[in-house]
Amino acid sequence: MSQKIMAYRRENGRVGVRNHVVILPLDDISNAACESVANNIKGTMALPHAYGRLQFGEDLDLHFRTMIGTGSNPNVAAVVVIGIEPEWTKVVVDGIAETGKPVTGLSIEQNGDIATVAAASRVAKEYVHWATELMREECDVSDLWISTKCGESDTTTGLSSCPTVGNMYDKLLPEGIYGCFGETSEITGAEHLCEARAANPEAAAKFKTIWQAYQDDVIDAHKTSDLSDSQPTKGNILGGLTTIEEKALGNLEKIGRTSTYVDALGPAEEPKKGKGLYFMDTSSAAAECVTLMAAAGYVMHTFPTGQGNVIGNPIVPVIKITGNPRTVRTMSEHVDVDVSGILRREMTISQAGDSLIEMIVRTANGRHTAAEALGHREFVMTKLYRSA
Amino acid sequence: MSIPHLLVHDHKDNVGVVVVEELKAGTNMTCVVTHDDSDFELESRHDVPIGHKVALADLDVGDTIFKYGEDIGKVVAPIKKGEHVHVHNVKTKRW
Repeated sequence: MSQKIMAYRRENGRVGVRNHVVILPLDDISNAACESVANNIKGTMALPHAYGRLQFGEDLDLHFRTMIGTGSNPNVAAVVVIGIEPEWTKVVVDGIAETGKPVTGLSIEQNGDIATVAAASRVAKEYVHWATELMREECDVSDLWISTKCGESDTTTGLSSCPTVGNMYDKLLPEGIYGCFGETSEITGAEHLCEARAANPEAAAKFKTIWQAYQDDVIDAHKTSDLSDSQPTKGNILGGLTTIEEKALGNLEKIGRTSTYVDALGPAEEPKKGKGLYFMDTSSAAAECVTLMAAAGYVMHTFPTGQGNVIGNPIVPVIKITGNPRTVRTMSEHVDVDVSGILRREMTISQAGDSLIEMIVRTANGRHTAAEALGHREFVMTKLYRSA
Repeated sequence: MSIPHLLVHDHKDNVGVVVVEELKAGTNMTCVVTHDDSDFELESRHDVPIGHKVALADLDVGDTIFKYGEDIGKVVAPIKKGEHVHVHNVKTKRW
């Protein structure tokens, strides 16, 4: 019997835990107009980013998928899209409109920033009036889509905070949630274990293809030394992690003991094979990874950290879990769930998993996470190659 | 049992993780294997920061380091039981 939460059921049936009105720039040069609208109309949020011009092929597909997915996320009530020109703006508007939520597009060419901002502000104001009258209603925990990625990892993450997330997945995936893990580069050293956790041979083969492409196209094509001196990171090494293999084994603790993944997704790709756990091809950089998972439709994120990563996301609450007692002591304002009792053998992994589930329920009901309270809104697009 | 100084994932492992702050050389460490909660004692030979690893046995150049019961890299400088294990004496086998 699934626990109840109070959340927003959207037009397409999906459940959101936040109620944002987003002002979404199609491209880098529309950021200023979007930020002006967000400044004019209180209760809206602009999502400035660096890209959207002269992209093509798979890289452009990913750009559109991320834009459309972000606007379509159930934590977003309504969207105003602003682009430099109308055609690509319409692609994003039409994609978001498929959810049934209110969305309007405006373009700047031949109108100028001032007229565009004025028109967009009027639309945004109406959206705020409408969205703020929406009521939370009773939903199930099993309606949630919960992603995970760890950051500033150390050896304590593999002992405590990552298995805490794994325990949560082992308990909530059977109830019917959607899960997601990724970090293609940080599976290296544990790829054989990850491949073995696929629910079917197709998912295993897709994972292996994605992982091998990363080795060939990124590492071998550009390497200088150990993963170009990036893996483990300097923060990981300070925290005691010595090799990528060690880091990967701790990372994979996030998928628990019994969970298996039903499909391997491209970046920002929406899961389409029903409830269950999914692998996604992502960077291991925290903000990029969480942005991609949010664009795929995940509404909450669980984030184990050892040395103290401070990341947040503008539309998805990011719950921080740490087992490192020094991080609890020095960075408590960033910690939502303290599982340092695991290292003292005062808390079991199962008890830690239960405390994370309790925090997921409270966060779904509206409690702001540490990252939300501190204003962490890292929205970072993934780019596949150089623009034309 | 007192609060452990060192946690070991698996009985196959030849390293453990320091889980207390300011561990000093010469400490008689309480060590716990998390797989089955069995415990043993080991003397630290270095001051080792929290989160860093200690060798459970003498290790020679070329030996494999096991953690989680899995291969996490190779020894590149000799290590004595109880000494600090990190990037100065262990490297990845990848790349």
